[in-house]
Amino acid sequence: MFIRSTTALAAVFLLSAAPLSQAADKPTDPQIAHIAYTAGVLDVEAAKQALKKSKNKEVVDFAKDMVRDHEAVNKQALDLVKKLKVTPEDNPTSKALTKAAAEERAKLAKLKGAAFDKAYVASEVAYHKQVNGALETLLIPSASNAELKSLLETGLKIFQGHEQHAEHVAGMLK
Amino acid sequence: MMSRRNLGVALALAMGAAPAKADTIEVTIEKLVFSPAKIEAKVGDTIRWVNKDVFAHTATVNGAWEVMISPKKAASLTVKKAESVDYFCRFHPNMRGHLTVTSP
Repeated sequence: MFIRSTTALAAVFLLSAAPLSQAADKPTDPQIAHIAYTAGVLDVEAAKQALKKSKNKEVVDFAKDMVRDHEAVNKQALDLVKKLKVTPEDNPTSKALTKAAAEERAKLAKLKGAAFDKAYVASEVAYHKQVNGALETLLIPSASNAELKSLLETGLKIFQGHEQHAEHVAGMLK
Repeated sequence: MMSRRNLGVALALAMGAAPAKADTIEVTIEKLVFSPAKIEAKVGDTIRWVNKDVFAHTATVNGAWEVMISPKKAASLTVKKAESVDYFCRFHPNMRGHLTVTSP
């Protein structure tokens, strides 16, 4: 529990520290597209792990919702970058997110049953909070293309919805 | 010969249809927003949610009813009793709407 929170906090710090530093550190549109897409892919991977491991109906339903929504939003993102002729560009934030998610999956892989369910859902609450923070404070304000900004804003609403949904499921598991 | 049961059904249908013309009230869902957020209907009216998002949504009243609205599709509910309820999307609980149903 402590380790997960620390990882999440470190990632939040990493993400939210950027706007405080120099303007040159502001992510570019190709980097923003990469971060947003990566965040979606990572949540789909987490959900697929949950679909394999969980037998709890609420948790399975939630995981299915995550797969469906994030695949839908990422399809929109891919269509948009194609249209804008932007090539998503890997960057330190995407790398940090990917590393943190891999660590989280490894931790969850060792858990079973109700312990897994609780840990997965708690991790989903934390993850969506973290990504929402990044969208609000860094990604949306930094995006220069209006269509990308608009897609990120829809993405933020989706993620905020998921955060509330995850909190609801967490409440049911208590 | 009409059985008692069929007569009942026929009467119910006639009574339900007769008093006032039923309307359809349309709610658009776009970018995770119910619009208009507040709607008013009479018993017997139909609420039709048109989902313009690529995401599935629901219109849910806890413990009462739920309408599933698939991506890029519409779904309807005929309201049967007077009530004033908040509804939300179960997948994205930050999406909220309010429905007031009055007796005709």
